[in-house]
Amino acid sequence: MAESQQSNQNGGFDAARAKWEREFAAGALDTRPIANRSGIEVKPLYTPEDWSGGNYLNTLGFPGEYPNTRGIYATMYRGRSWTQRQLIGLGVPEDYNKRVKEILALGASALSLIPCNSVYRGYDADEVPIELLGTCGTVINTVEDMERALDGIPIESLSTAMNDPTPFTLLAFELAVARRRGIPWNKITGTSNQSDCISHFVANHMFFRIDLQGARRIVIDHIDFANKHVPSWNPLSIVGQHMQQAGATPAEAMAFTLCSGIQYAEDCIARGMDPDSFLPRFTFFFDISISLFEEVAKFRAGRRIWARLCRERFGAKDPRSWRFKFHGQTSGVDLTRQQPLNNIARVTVQAMAGIFGGLQSLHTDSYDEVFSTPTAEAARIAVATQNILREEAHLTDVIDPLGGSYYIETLTDQMEEKINALIDLIDAAGGMYQAVNKGLVQQMIGESALKFQKQVDSGEQTIVGVNAYQIEENDADYPTLEYPARERMEMQVKRLTEFKKTRSQSAVAKALDVLASAANSKDGNVFEQVVEAADAGATHGEICATLRREMGFGQPLTIV
Amino acid sequence: MSKRPPKVIVTKIGFDGHDRGSRVITACLRDAGMEVIYTPPWQEISTVVKLATEEDADVIGISSLATDHLIIPQLMKALRDAGLDDVKVVVGGIIPAKDEKELINAGVAKVFHPGSSLEDIVNTVRSLAESRTHSEV
Repeated sequence: MAESQQSNQNGGFDAARAKWEREFAAGALDTRPIANRSGIEVKPLYTPEDWSGGNYLNTLGFPGEYPNTRGIYATMYRGRSWTQRQLIGLGVPEDYNKRVKEILALGASALSLIPCNSVYRGYDADEVPIELLGTCGTVINTVEDMERALDGIPIESLSTAMNDPTPFTLLAFELAVARRRGIPWNKITGTSNQSDCISHFVANHMFFRIDLQGARRIVIDHIDFANKHVPSWNPLSIVGQHMQQAGATPAEAMAFTLCSGIQYAEDCIARGMDPDSFLPRFTFFFDISISLFEEVAKFRAGRRIWARLCRERFGAKDPRSWRFKFHGQTSGVDLTRQQPLNNIARVTVQAMAGIFGGLQSLHTDSYDEVFSTPTAEAARIAVATQNILREEAHLTDVIDPLGGSYYIETLTDQMEEKINALIDLIDAAGGMYQAVNKGLVQQMIGESALKFQKQVDSGEQTIVGVNAYQIEENDADYPTLEYPARERMEMQVKRLTEFKKTRSQSAVAKALDVLASAANSKDGNVFEQVVEAADAGATHGEICATLRREMGFGQPLTIV
Repeated sequence: MSKRPPKVIVTKIGFDGHDRGSRVITACLRDAGMEVIYTPPWQEISTVVKLATEEDADVIGISSLATDHLIIPQLMKALRDAGLDDVKVVVGGIIPAKDEKELINAGVAKVFHPGSSLEDIVNTVRSLAESRTHSEV
């Protein structure tokens, strides 16, 4: 009886499907195959024939349960919201301090610090063209600059994320500030963003300061130091964002990022560290494009693959080690200079993809980032977008709300397959360091970037206002951020000169010597000496110059 | 006189390292038959001038995604000082409208914003290169 019911149902299903197929073929405007950005062909309809629940506990599980496909915490956003972490950085430390206090009042729940591009390149303010100072981030060169930037901000209770590549001088300055304020380091929480030297070598060269071998060693020193002395700090943020912004497809960006994660984990294990001691502090940082369903599937697949890697490949036993914690940033590449207010709609869709993807922390781009560093008004709208999605649209009431969708589950499986194939390819090349030294990853990303640009140029991919629906417009109508006044930068340079004159020269010289020896020894911890040098009064530029001298200048490998 | 293909330097000066744009443009100008000399980011102005002299470049393309365009007027002056007034300079990237005016005043031939089509860029660079070659003859 049960059997005949089943076959009746199947017969009914087949007939219904055939009817739909006929109607679809007769009425569809366009029946050509459509592929998503990762190259997966997308069908017009998904049914139980594509996905029918599978082995629920094995492939999906409950939120917070292995393999974490539905989220890394049992409570997800019912427990707490994602962290609203807007990137902030401009001018001199006092300008940053003022902006931080404003944005905290608007509802941001954590700090971020974006330093000036001169800082990224490893230089002090007195070494670079003054025209460029403070135009893209805050000039921080000394422990005193950091004291001004963090003035009145309770770093013992507020998480601070800093864009702070190798050798992590900004964290060193913050730890020195904590020491001066009498705050124990175990109260300091936050993340060393931009700590992933591989992504800098491959894609975002701005952060790449020291030769790859040296950078590879310092990042492990940093993880080791943080585990011992700043235990609530996340010393590693493994970055897929750079590669996707540079043109990698969502599947490529996820795969290469997981490959970098494998290298960092294996380097820590080779140092003798227990996987359960460092994996809970690994974090990831991804780009969120406007390809909504694909991004959701990317995040769900990545979460499942990472859990399996941690448990099966690295042998981690603590469920906290299996958690794929990530920050998402809405993709700037998707934004357009044409009809820029449209970017608010784009950012909204991107943010939805990240939220449905289960992120832990979110930066929403301001619509005017196509013109300049965001204006205050545009930054306010970006924060409001997050509040609207959470509190007006109620996107967070249900955990993993797209889970169980025939389409999303099929796509999650397909993305997983594609990502795993790329991981196998990089493993076969000898791991991520080998693959990037050969230019393999750079070449694939470059090809994907060109392919996408050609799709836009041919009109195959519509970009509203760019290759379709254009209007006459004058972009002088839109506000751009004023650059900091020249006098303020002159003041900053003067202050640096004064600082260098009045500090204890012998203490600085000694600290830089110790730093140089640590860089040349096999067993010293370079980051520990960066912290001591920062506290002794060495500047950012001096610390970077010392390590460049001892370990080599970081020249990325670009393939064109 | 045999006509050589347009010769273009694609480079980045200043601090920024975002080079998707400069690499895509390099690939696309090469596909269009031009000779392209690509440099990694962070070139010194003096290096770019030296390269332009040695290579007898027709066009220099500067990609600027942060604020490095603020030192392009210094590059223009250095080119003039080196007697390279005839080399055309084009800029692509994130350039606020008020800064674009200053770049044009400083002698930049053309500024490309996000959303510019590759075809438009190729055509502009080709005609700038040809205008230089013709003026030489």
